[in-house]
Amino acid sequence: MTPELAVSILMAVVATSTPLLIAALGELVVEKAGVLNLGVEGMMLIGAVTAFIVASATGVPSLGVLAAALAAALSSMVFGYLTLTLTANQVATGLALTIFGTGVSALLGASFVGITTGTLGLVFPANLATDPILRILFGHSPLVYFSLLMTLGVWWFLSKSRAGLILRAVGESDSSAHSIGYRVIGVRYLAVLFGGAMAGIAGSYYSLVLTPMWAERLTAGRGWIAIALVVFAAWRPGRLLLGAYLFGAVITFELQAKAAGWSFLAPEVLTSLPYLATILVLALISSRRASARLAAPACLAKPFRASA
Amino acid sequence: MALVLQPRREPSKAMVWAAPVIAVLATLIVGALLFTALGYDGFGAVNAIFIQPLLNSNRWQDLLVKAAPLTLIATGLAVGFRANVWNIGAEGQYVFGALAATGIALLTLDMQGLWILPAMVVAGVLGGMVYASVPAFLRVRLGVNEILSSLMLNYVAVQLLFYLMRGPWRDPMGFGFPQTAMFSLDQTLPRVIPGTLIHLGVPVALAAALTMWFLMARTLAGFQVRVVGAAPQAARFAGFRETRVVWMSFLIGGGLAGMAGTFEVSGPFGQMVPTFPVGYGFTAIIVAFLGRLHPLGIVAAALVLALTYVGGESAQTTVGLPAAAVGVFQAMLLFFLLGSDILVRYRLVRKGAPPARALPVTASPATRAVPGAAE
Amino acid sequence: MSTLNRRQVIAGAGALALGTAFMPRGASAQVSGRPVKAAFVYVGPVGDFGWTYAHDQGRKYLEEQLGADKVTTSFVENVAEGPDAERVIRQLAQDGNDIIFTTSFGFMNPTLRVAREFPDGRFEHCTGYQAGPNMGLYNSRFYQGRAVLGTIAAMMSKSGKAGYVASFPIPEVVMGINAFTLAARKINPEFTTQVVWVNSWYDPAKEAQATGALLDQGADVITQHTDSPGPLQEAEKRGAIAFGQAWDMTSFAPNAHMTAIVDNWGPYYVNRVQAVIDGSWKPENVWLGMKEGEVAMAPFNEKMPADVKAAAQKIIDDTKAGTYEVFTGPIADQSGAEKIAAGVVVPDEDLLKMDWYIQGVQG
Repeated sequence: MTPELAVSILMAVVATSTPLLIAALGELVVEKAGVLNLGVEGMMLIGAVTAFIVASATGVPSLGVLAAALAAALSSMVFGYLTLTLTANQVATGLALTIFGTGVSALLGASFVGITTGTLGLVFPANLATDPILRILFGHSPLVYFSLLMTLGVWWFLSKSRAGLILRAVGESDSSAHSIGYRVIGVRYLAVLFGGAMAGIAGSYYSLVLTPMWAERLTAGRGWIAIALVVFAAWRPGRLLLGAYLFGAVITFELQAKAAGWSFLAPEVLTSLPYLATILVLALISSRRASARLAAPACLAKPFRASA
Repeated sequence: MALVLQPRREPSKAMVWAAPVIAVLATLIVGALLFTALGYDGFGAVNAIFIQPLLNSNRWQDLLVKAAPLTLIATGLAVGFRANVWNIGAEGQYVFGALAATGIALLTLDMQGLWILPAMVVAGVLGGMVYASVPAFLRVRLGVNEILSSLMLNYVAVQLLFYLMRGPWRDPMGFGFPQTAMFSLDQTLPRVIPGTLIHLGVPVALAAALTMWFLMARTLAGFQVRVVGAAPQAARFAGFRETRVVWMSFLIGGGLAGMAGTFEVSGPFGQMVPTFPVGYGFTAIIVAFLGRLHPLGIVAAALVLALTYVGGESAQTTVGLPAAAVGVFQAMLLFFLLGSDILVRYRLVRKGAPPARALPVTASPATRAVPGAAE
Repeated sequence: MSTLNRRQVIAGAGALALGTAFMPRGASAQVSGRPVKAAFVYVGPVGDFGWTYAHDQGRKYLEEQLGADKVTTSFVENVAEGPDAERVIRQLAQDGNDIIFTTSFGFMNPTLRVAREFPDGRFEHCTGYQAGPNMGLYNSRFYQGRAVLGTIAAMMSKSGKAGYVASFPIPEVVMGINAFTLAARKINPEFTTQVVWVNSWYDPAKEAQATGALLDQGADVITQHTDSPGPLQEAEKRGAIAFGQAWDMTSFAPNAHMTAIVDNWGPYYVNRVQAVIDGSWKPENVWLGMKEGEVAMAPFNEKMPADVKAAAQKIIDDTKAGTYEVFTGPIADQSGAEKIAAGVVVPDEDLLKMDWYIQGVQG
């Protein structure tokens, strides 16, 4: 294998993993706050279509990404209002959000089908970014660097910052957090908002970077993989990075193997992998009772209402 | 004169039933206005989706056939939801059950006998139970969060289906298309009303809902489910084992989902195809909540959901509403229904009105998770 | 053969159970003095810019050509294959549509069932293999277009290796892979086609990733039998050449897009609805191609060398004239054994159940 080929394959791994990582980072923070938002797929679609519309209309792809974050965050507030303020069931509301996002994105994007738009520019100078070897460091979409910085940021926030400590407290024991005076609902609103914005940016990666276009159901179910990855990573940002890249690597290597004329997995097994691996991880981390740090946030999916 | 929400002294019995009606009405009005503003025939759309199918006798059977699997699955899920057992893997259990039934069907393709269909139903129910017992086992033995494990298993079941259709179970006479042979007459679900599409699954679904109503209200097991959900500590004190309730919830949920899968594959489909899963397992979760986890409510909710599907198709041809808009209508309906639950425990009062004298309803885990679920 | 017998049993039973009870309501044998009502059932959204989009363009063409005084059309999109499709088709029949086109393979059995309930209705199913007394079948000879693509690919490829992004190994797709490779090997006998199955008709990201992998592994021409422009966009990024699917996709890849096989359903729909108006409609099993204009090629990219253009055009012209048939022996299978003897043309019924690959196909 030539170095150029190795770089090309690694670039593909990065491209596959990045949107999953971005969406999953958002959902990780949401779940750490004790909220389960199953509407990731719907929010990603809203982000994808908004990004494409704004980028086509303004000719500025980065504005598209920003608009995607805003639009998806807005849609996450529907979920937030229903589940946090009105204490509706999170599972059902999340599913409804996905139905909503699928429908709304298709409606909004109807007149943008069949065209393409400019993609995000490069971060580094062209001679570095297009070098056959050095591009592995410098040739990625800005969103790739964003995803890595956000991984670091979320890790720092959750484990080092005071605000992160409060967020985790809210997710682990809402009533205790409430009794020491933290605003449980407020914290959860912010977490849901962040999760929405990240899902939107992940969606924009599909419509502006990977395949710059809009079509209905463009994200093809990857929101669910993002949710699986959060659990696979046992709610830890570092492991999430690992998990997303591991998953991207398996997909890429399988496609490369097929393209080279041999194949090591039935396609159905490959598609099932993230889910099977997640169940395995769930079983492992749950059985080792001692390491409570790895377990699911105790208040996950449980609604909270301060009683007077 | 702003309105504020004020806790009720106890959950409003009237609102338990009025809230869904309010939500449906709100959807109709907001939907009509919204889609008119977007340049569609909003009122025509509401008429086509929610009214016309009810007036056309041809559509009634469509509604019943569409509502049957939703009712069956949601009835099973509601048992668990009441006990705070969150099985959201019904889609996988539905598929796995149907695959078990298909396995029997493919083995008996060349046989005849009245025993074949019952054998398929038994296999289907067992298949659903087996698949549901994975998250049940993980929860009981290892404390694994069942929402996540059951969710993941949905996708695995669908991939198993794809594999079987592409390879081992493909119809050798089917020109290479990934699907099984057509089932024989003895493997096909009979129709209960000749000349209509209404198959055996429709009355069975209704009977299942009624049976569950009776079991939950009148038997010790039903009582245990309700107590474990509403007051886990009291339940433990009374010697009810949570483990048993978890198992029971998953087995009933999985069994009914598997039965629904068997009815679909042996009835309306008449063969197994890769497009068999259409999300009934997910829709049934919504149906269970819309029906307030009450078997009769679930029957009504399943019919409302069926109405949006059936009416949505008419709206495409009569007022040219895109399929996507129908999805938005459904989502709006769900949002309003989920949101309206708050009216059960809270009431709208003018700002400054005197508060209710007693303490607000302290939400027990079950009513917190599922507003209005308490009997 | 037992399978076929079972089918007949089911068919008989179904007709008994349904035929007597459902009296056709609107569909009448004679249409006069009013526009023909034509309905279309789509498996995808009209905005997929692929298969369903092409059919919907055909529907619009039908409306334009015949005008509102002769035809009114309606469609239902995103219809799941199975009972949902059956319900939609039945509803359309009950609503008095004079002719109903169902445009996905999975609609075959639902269409058959409804057609039996409405003996006076007219039904046309696209890509299936079972017809009925009031249900016709239609499909296109897309493989004729694949031969044009194979010719261009072999003449422009430096590596002699094409990457083929494919959906599912059904005869339609297998036939296309073989036609492409056969035509290419007439130019370059060493030419190979590497197939990657993505097991989806529509997943832009995955299709693009498969394209990237094929290019990494030495292919420099990409073609596809999936619906999204994903492979084209990836080829454009990497400086390879590629072809559009179902529709002219030049806008997605102005440099990579050499031409496209265009699904031109419009003329067929006009023809069939006109037959309804004339009272001459009867169910047929038609498989039209370039000659009838149902398979068309998008304009060649200006970057294509003149000799390649000329060779591609010759395939088109000869196909239209009936003097070129890509599936003409000798054809060897993957093992190298002669499968089709020299001079023999593979008959249609064998093409429609093709499940073997010719020499040069890998994967």
